[in-house]
Amino acid sequence: MTATAKTIDPIISAAWGKPQSWTLDSYKKRGGYEGLKKALEMQPAAIIDEVKKSNLRGRGGAGFPTGLKWSFVPKDSPKPKYLAVNGDESEPGTFKDRYILEDDPHMMLEGIAIASYALGVHTCYVYLRGEFKFPAERCQAAIDEAYKAGIFGKKMLGKDFELNCYLVRGAGAYICGEETALLESLEGKKGWPRLKPPFPAVVGLFGSPTVVNNVETLASVPHVFTGGSDWYAKLGTDKSGGTRLVCLSGSVNRPGVYEVSMFTTLAELIYDDKFGRGMPAGRKVKAVIPGGSSAPVLGADELDVAMEFEALKVKQTMAGSGGVIVMDDSTCMVRSLWRVARFYAEESCGQCTPCREGTPWQTRLLRKIEEGRGEPGDIEMLSNVASSIAPYPPIGLGNTICALGDAAALPTHSFLMRYKDEFEAHIREHRCPFGDKPWGSFGDWS
Amino acid sequence: MAEPLFTPEEQKKFDAGIAEIISHYPPDRKSAGMLPALRVLQEIKGWLPPEGLRLVAKSLEVTPERAYEVASFYVMYHLKKPGKYVIDVCTNLSCSLWGAEKMLAYLEEKLGLKAGEANEKFTLRETECLASCGTAPCLQINEDHHESLTRAKLDAILAKLS
Repeated sequence: MTATAKTIDPIISAAWGKPQSWTLDSYKKRGGYEGLKKALEMQPAAIIDEVKKSNLRGRGGAGFPTGLKWSFVPKDSPKPKYLAVNGDESEPGTFKDRYILEDDPHMMLEGIAIASYALGVHTCYVYLRGEFKFPAERCQAAIDEAYKAGIFGKKMLGKDFELNCYLVRGAGAYICGEETALLESLEGKKGWPRLKPPFPAVVGLFGSPTVVNNVETLASVPHVFTGGSDWYAKLGTDKSGGTRLVCLSGSVNRPGVYEVSMFTTLAELIYDDKFGRGMPAGRKVKAVIPGGSSAPVLGADELDVAMEFEALKVKQTMAGSGGVIVMDDSTCMVRSLWRVARFYAEESCGQCTPCREGTPWQTRLLRKIEEGRGEPGDIEMLSNVASSIAPYPPIGLGNTICALGDAAALPTHSFLMRYKDEFEAHIREHRCPFGDKPWGSFGDWS
Repeated sequence: MAEPLFTPEEQKKFDAGIAEIISHYPPDRKSAGMLPALRVLQEIKGWLPPEGLRLVAKSLEVTPERAYEVASFYVMYHLKKPGKYVIDVCTNLSCSLWGAEKMLAYLEEKLGLKAGEANEKFTLRETECLASCGTAPCLQINEDHHESLTRAKLDAILAKLS
């Protein structure tokens, strides 16, 4: 593939893999906390305007404009305000926030300090998924350093502004990455999403105005101030500023997290020497999930698309959390979808009937088809069950309180749209055509 | 008299842990500390015994039912005493594309356990995505993460578990 991508210098991942990159000392040597210094000289409203102008959009999945989200927090509320950091990274195929937390946590902490000062927040909770033991250790060590250095605590770099920052670990529930479920979990409850509105910016943690931002989003914030919002916006497209981290996994020669420009295409990510270095010998792409396992799958002829929110929306899929999963042409699509469906059945919180009942139903039908027991009508039934959870297209028609319903139905709809013949072959032949090798080139473990 | 749940040392650790947790929340929101408090209990006892759940509930000024509700919602809390080593194997899509199903089958054979089963030494479970898809396949043993696993690497890790 030709390198048509606008080449960018990494800004979020620049220090990853370098010695001691996670320490305050290393971060400061690279100009760390200079963005905070600039922000502290500005009026809070001007900080929010700057973030708006940067076109920074949330990196957790929905891609909501960050400055706009901040501006929804009421200025005159008598209640305390909160910042909750979403580090519940659990969408299958997504593993970027782990790297920020492990290799450069201060970048996120600086974003927390800037956001808190702009929003008048004096308490921030960093919510990390429970399984992130090592990332939590690195992050806590960085928080401790920030207190010692006078960034957190009673004063912020000498300014009369108190900020306390606490790390909270979840305990194994994908649903807690949904922002209102995260707030419930932070309140010490099971993670059942709340009806919206009211939105967290108005009624969030403990009934108070709360901003929930993803780890990568906050790690992006300092760069808006060190480089300026114009510079940051110009790195990206008209509607989406900056760079983004994408996570490449599955049947590709060099999986990993790569920082790309908003113009980099899926094909470039897979084939370029800087990134995935192509497919295993003799294999071609069959399918690519572009934004975490809930994003509708794309076929091999649809990869000339930029990995950016608007461009992927045109394709009826989404940039989501940046999890790109590649399946080669020796991978069984029924088996793959079954595995994805199991995940959503396992992680459904049980609150809404369509999702609680529909997700295991999808899973049972897929298992039946994959094991060669499928009957005529099963594919139609599968499609009906998915539609009862959330019709498609477009994205966002779900019959449930939160987007987990959509997330569970979109893979089914999109796999059936593109690979229906494979499902039919399973039923016709009463077996999986891939036999005991359904997982493609790297599926044999040794 | 039944034996007390905690040794004096464990009691100290529990009390200190709860006090620290409560200090992170507004005074009228003690119950927000439920997840971290359950973690403290589990770190001390290795699981969440019923009398421990009652103590957590009492410290946070909620009913025991509330503690049980939370403890039973999240998969990382053990309501039954697990094996000494809890092995959580990711078999989600990206890991399966790098052999996770075969790795799980190997573990099942080697440990003489099916996924979901436990003996005194091991609890073997399938788990959901561990956010390590670029270094698949992966698993966690008592929350310690292991990635890019080959048979040789896994054998070496298991050999160290006494």
